Amino acid sequence: MSPFAQLVPHVLRFRRQFAVGLLYLVLTTALSLAGPWVLRYAIDDLTAHVTRGKLGLYAGLLLGLALVGGVFRFLVRRIIVGASRDFEYDLRNTFFARVQRLPLAYFHAHRTGDLMSRATNDLNAVRMMVGPAIMYMASTAMMFVVSVALMLSIDPVLTLVALLPLPLVSVTVKTFGSAIYRQSERIQAQLATLSAVVQESLAGVRVVRAYCREAVETERFRRENREYLERNAVLIRLQAFFYPSLAFILGLAGVLVLWLGARHVIEGRITVGQFVAFNAYLVMLSWPMIAFGFVTNLFQRGLAAWKRMLDVMNAEPAMRDRHRVEPSHPIRGRLEFRDLSFAYNGRRVLEGVSARVEPGQILALVGPTGSGKSTLLSLLPRLFDPPPGTVFIDDVDILDLPVSTLRRAIGMVPQEPFLFSDTIAENVLFGVDGDDGDIGRDPARLAHEAMAIARLDKDLAGFPDGADTPVGERGVTLSGGQKQRAALARAIIANPRILLLDDALSAVDAYTEDEILTRLQEVMRGRTSLIVSHRISTVRRADLILVLDHGRVVERGTHDELLAREGMYARLYRKQLLELELEAL
Amino acid sequence: MTRRMRRPATAHDDEALGKAYDARLMRRLLGFMRPHRVAIGWTVVAIIGLSVLQLAPPYLTKVAIDAHITTGELDGLDTLAFLFLGVLVLSYVLEYVQTYTLQVTGQRIIFDLRMRIQEHLQRLDVAFYDRNPVGRLMTRVTTDVDALNDLFASGVVSAFRDIFMLGGIAIVLVVMDWRLAIVALSVLPLIALVTQWFRRNARHSYRQVRGWIARINAFLQENITGMATVQLFRREALHFDRFDAINQGHRDANIASIFYYAVFYPAVEVLGALAIAAIVWFGGGWTLQGTLELGSLVAFVLYSQRFFRPISDLSEKFNLLQAAMASSERIFALLDTPVSIESPTSRTPSDCHHGLPAGPGHIRFEHVWFAYRDDEYVLEDVTFDVAPGQRVGVVGATGAGKTTLINLLMRFYDVNRGRITIDGVDIRERSLTALRSRFGLVLQDGYLFSGTVADNIRLGSDAISDAAVRRAAAAVHADRFIASLPDGFDSPVAERGATFSVGQRQLLSFARALAHQPSVLVLDEATSSIDTDTEQLIQDALRVLMSGRTTIAIAHRLSTVQDMDAILVFHKGRLRETGSHQELLAQRGLYFTLYQLQYRDQEAALAEARWPVS
Repeated sequence: MSPFAQLVPHVLRFRRQFAVGLLYLVLTTALSLAGPWVLRYAIDDLTAHVTRGKLGLYAGLLLGLALVGGVFRFLVRRIIVGASRDFEYDLRNTFFARVQRLPLAYFHAHRTGDLMSRATNDLNAVRMMVGPAIMYMASTAMMFVVSVALMLSIDPVLTLVALLPLPLVSVTVKTFGSAIYRQSERIQAQLATLSAVVQESLAGVRVVRAYCREAVETERFRRENREYLERNAVLIRLQAFFYPSLAFILGLAGVLVLWLGARHVIEGRITVGQFVAFNAYLVMLSWPMIAFGFVTNLFQRGLAAWKRMLDVMNAEPAMRDRHRVEPSHPIRGRLEFRDLSFAYNGRRVLEGVSARVEPGQILALVGPTGSGKSTLLSLLPRLFDPPPGTVFIDDVDILDLPVSTLRRAIGMVPQEPFLFSDTIAENVLFGVDGDDGDIGRDPARLAHEAMAIARLDKDLAGFPDGADTPVGERGVTLSGGQKQRAALARAIIANPRILLLDDALSAVDAYTEDEILTRLQEVMRGRTSLIVSHRISTVRRADLILVLDHGRVVERGTHDELLAREGMYARLYRKQLLELELEAL
Repeated sequence: MTRRMRRPATAHDDEALGKAYDARLMRRLLGFMRPHRVAIGWTVVAIIGLSVLQLAPPYLTKVAIDAHITTGELDGLDTLAFLFLGVLVLSYVLEYVQTYTLQVTGQRIIFDLRMRIQEHLQRLDVAFYDRNPVGRLMTRVTTDVDALNDLFASGVVSAFRDIFMLGGIAIVLVVMDWRLAIVALSVLPLIALVTQWFRRNARHSYRQVRGWIARINAFLQENITGMATVQLFRREALHFDRFDAINQGHRDANIASIFYYAVFYPAVEVLGALAIAAIVWFGGGWTLQGTLELGSLVAFVLYSQRFFRPISDLSEKFNLLQAAMASSERIFALLDTPVSIESPTSRTPSDCHHGLPAGPGHIRFEHVWFAYRDDEYVLEDVTFDVAPGQRVGVVGATGAGKTTLINLLMRFYDVNRGRITIDGVDIRERSLTALRSRFGLVLQDGYLFSGTVADNIRLGSDAISDAAVRRAAAAVHADRFIASLPDGFDSPVAERGATFSVGQRQLLSFARALAHQPSVLVLDEATSSIDTDTEQLIQDALRVLMSGRTTIAIAHRLSTVQDMDAILVFHKGRLRETGSHQELLAQRGLYFTLYQLQYRDQEAALAEARWPVS
């Protein structure tokens, strides 16, 4: 389907508003064209020495026309521009709903700023195309047709002569218009280059200073800045020719009308009033000519912006439920990985991982950075989709479980938790008021219990409003450990069957971590836990420890078994003991 | 010397809209116009000429009606047409001259302003960059400056032109017929009232809309970056509702603002029609009495059509002015940020590669204390000596303050207490460039600039010949991979060297340091994992670099420092142990523990080397 065809349904949703608006637009245009017509009779009657009464009639008519026209003009703006705002609102909601369904991988591949710009700047360009551009185009077309018709009715020969230079207008608009557009693009590109130069010299400030590269950087900047100036000068030259050219061509028509029209009046072929009205219509014609170029521009920009929005809106959504299992299916929490291999961005991350965890057990994962631990964890709530037949919960392939059922059963704490700019309590309650609706218990109590387990309660006294203190953007006012503990409270508040901790307490001191883990054990009785950690002290209590390297399980067993093996795990253990010693010095 | 402290700009400042006119800012802006005053003078002349010319067409129409059409006199009509044509041609020329000169001058002013900002940015100290994110500083150089361009290029002068036109028309009207002029101009107070009403409300609703846009952006920013969390906790529907509420607020604010526009423009037109109706009523009456010519009446109608356009334009200029003032405020705040680390005498950066102070180069830290923030000292009472030609290794756990040593030695920051001397002279008493050009700095990340491979080794020092570039690359074994690139030394380097591996970037920055022939090598060893082949090359290259050169190396692998002349062991901001490898091992202290820690790594194979250090 062409981009244009995909836009139509979004516009048609507001067809009544647009239709009514266009109707008023036709009336407005008709009224504004009637003005010179009245003027014509007024002036003709003046030469024929009318009564004052009749003069008053004309004056009143002019004012009346303007008043009624003004009312319609007011309605046109309100209705059409208003409809375009409704359209914008509607499309932005649609856009956001689509974005919400995109998979995590999409957000890794696209910059946030870029997505935001599509929901704001691009959307505005599309709105301009749908609202104001349609308005101008309709009014322009009508103005053109009717005024030419009226001019023809006054004096066909004069009309033809007056219209003689007009094709030049279209040619000028078209040539200059596209040249100006291209040059504007070149200027945008150069601005990007200029920004890159600044960005580079600022981001590398230490190297720049150390190698006394300041002058070189300034020189480089001067060069790009100069190029930017020159490209702008080209655009300015184009514009400096463009608008005066239009004025000149339209003026030329005016000269021709004055020269030939005066003769026609003297020869008695038209009246003075008709001559004046003719001039007035000619002035009115100049606007459609200029608007034509303006509107073309709006359309070009709007369509390009719409294509950028479609890139996002047509992207494959995260997952489709296969609905093989009822959403109410209870989850006990037996986990199994069966010969799981997983590739991301064409790179093998996991290879042949198999493991089985019963409800109530703890599975720990250790291994160097990049060995695939976090990826393994993120497959369970389907942040990424595993291949079919590799990950099972209660012997059901997780791909067969409805996503909401699956995610409701899982509490996950990522390494760098994302907090929202809300209060601490709201961030913790984030875990319960998702699509569960009524939580059935006093939320404040619930939050307090969760915070007690995560040992966040003892920090609350240090905040001005306790649990009701706002955490700032991304939780900037909290320390790393506080953020992690808030995220833990958020994950356990909903009583998940499966708890995933992805190095989730790395910023919490060892003593507090031990306290938390002990309390967690109580809560997680009969439930399943998966823990990724670099600390041996954390993983030693696990029922099963997997040592991952390059996506493969290289060692497996309990803490004691692994120590006895004298492998990677044992080396890591001794190293951490030494680090502890060093820290104590 | 005391300096005024300035509050660093926050993100919210960018959203703020200040007052539309600030005399102090305007004076500074005018300062930037001074060098271009001749060009600006010419545009003013062109504008005056244009205004006069634009008054001509209605007047010529009047003459055509009064002298020819109503009298039937054909003689002179051709002349009139030619006169009209002449006015058109002259307008064309003047319009071109005016637009071109004015806008290009505007761009030149912007060019100067950008250079001024860039030069200032190049002088600001490293601590400034710790406080100010690069993204925001870039906004100053691009967006803010562009807002000012709008002011120079279209705002001020076309407003000037509009005012001039208004005055011109008023004068012509009065001269043609003062009675009718009073009639026509009597609608002016009404227009002023409507404009005032519009300006006040439009400005208010503009702010409302801006506020909603900021909220939409903040919401999107947070929800896109936190989308995984939203999805994990199944809050899509809930957050959609929140977005919907903000989105609705934005729409309603916009629809409210449409009202003012929808009233204003038609109102101005109705008032225009009122003027014309009055002209027809009164003027028509006087025409009937014979005290007014018909042509004058028509000219009045034509003039009043031209009269109302500039007024509605003027009110639009207002928003432009407001945005420009807010931008210039931010730009000047940046330009006024004091440079806290400077050379004692004002030397230009060009003496960078000359005038190295002679001397053996004895480096000494004397009771140095330093804190990045308030009283959180990262170095406490550090004293040590580096003799000329000596190779010194610095080791310690993360957070021991090792990198800070480099920052202080290079004067990226100044010490809080104590001093650092070279040959007995405090480094704060030397010129920055002379000081820094003594050192060859190799940083962990091997920062590369866009350009060619050779550019990155030379780094702007034209004194380094092609042969020297090649020699340096060969010496550190970078030549092999450079040769494999499509264009060898002329191969392009992408921004930040994105197309090169970490190891390759390291080798290139070694070549860079070697090519500059520094008397002191300052090295911050890379912590990132590098494959064993490259690792071997790098160790080899390091030996080449250090041979016969005073070296201060921050080492993360103890193997790098084992054969150094002296090793300084830092722990929690203090210098705890000093000595050679053997001496320190014998002490069985910190160094010994660190050594044991790494010994595990060395006995292990490849995989082991990649365990995180912390």
